[in-house]
Amino acid sequence: MSKQMILTSVAEPHIKADLPDICPGDTVKVHVKVREGGKERVQVYEGVCIAVKHGGIAKTVTIRKISNAVGVERTFPVHSPMVEKFEVTRKGKVRRAKLYYLRGKVGKDARIKEKR
Amino acid sequence: MLPGLLGKKIGMTHLFTSEGKMAPVTVIQAGPVYVTQIKTEDKDGYEAIQVGFEEISDKHLSFPKYGHLKKAGVQKNLRTIREFRVETQPGVELGQEIGVDIFAEGEVVTVTGTSKGKGFQGGVKRYHFKGQHMTHGYMTHRRPLSSGATGPQRVFKGTRKPGRMGTDTVTQKGLKVIKIDAERNLILVDGSVPGPNGALVVINKVTR
Repeated sequence: MSKQMILTSVAEPHIKADLPDICPGDTVKVHVKVREGGKERVQVYEGVCIAVKHGGIAKTVTIRKISNAVGVERTFPVHSPMVEKFEVTRKGKVRRAKLYYLRGKVGKDARIKEKR
Repeated sequence: MLPGLLGKKIGMTHLFTSEGKMAPVTVIQAGPVYVTQIKTEDKDGYEAIQVGFEEISDKHLSFPKYGHLKKAGVQKNLRTIREFRVETQPGVELGQEIGVDIFAEGEVVTVTGTSKGKGFQGGVKRYHFKGQHMTHGYMTHRRPLSSGATGPQRVFKGTRKPGRMGTDTVTQKGLKVIKIDAERNLILVDGSVPGPNGALVVINKVTR
């Protein structure tokens, strides 16, 4: 067994099999577990996916939204047990893999066409 | 039991802890090792257990090593032979196979290896010299400059200079064992260990 195969097999039990296909430009709802004072509840965070970083178990998605006129970006490790599930609510049509240009745009300029 | 094991660094990956945090882990293939010689105070002047690790093909085994392994009754061709000093004999037998199960999950270990070779490096990289300004008219940038005072009329031995860097024996202490796979002899430790992937490492138990 090669070294790479051993590494993959070590991480495999932590990898989620039932993930939806998330692409840059998609509007995504993330159900995150939040721990507050010993209690656990689920919080929903919705925004536009502006970047997907691959890397097996280390795969992350960056979700951007405008909250009270302030831009907020959160990066979620998709295989983390703290993320309960992802929901893709809208597929976006974009021509770039990383949508970092959205950071300089607000309102009408920051729109993304829907993929049909 | 044995105070440590020989292993091969496989590489690094991530795992999630029970709190949901991402943790970097190093995967080490530790053992199985085979006892090749038991050294005693009476015979050798000190107490130690000599073990061999990693199987190789017949053509890579030297004849003296073949004889040594045959004497110990080990039916394997082993690449590496190292010894562990012990204070009292732990009661192992010649030829005995020892696996990763001597360690427990949650235990703290030290890992010793040979760091990656960096080649011939200057003082800035090798000893973290400051170097000079990159701009404002400076015409030297990363030179070591003064080698010491003019009084002794010589450079003292051990003065830090450019030269070969890396391939040092490095010991990483306080590494927590995250997981043990006894079936495949894998040990997962929290954080990084010295050396390139595929290199020999020695995992030691912390005695105190």
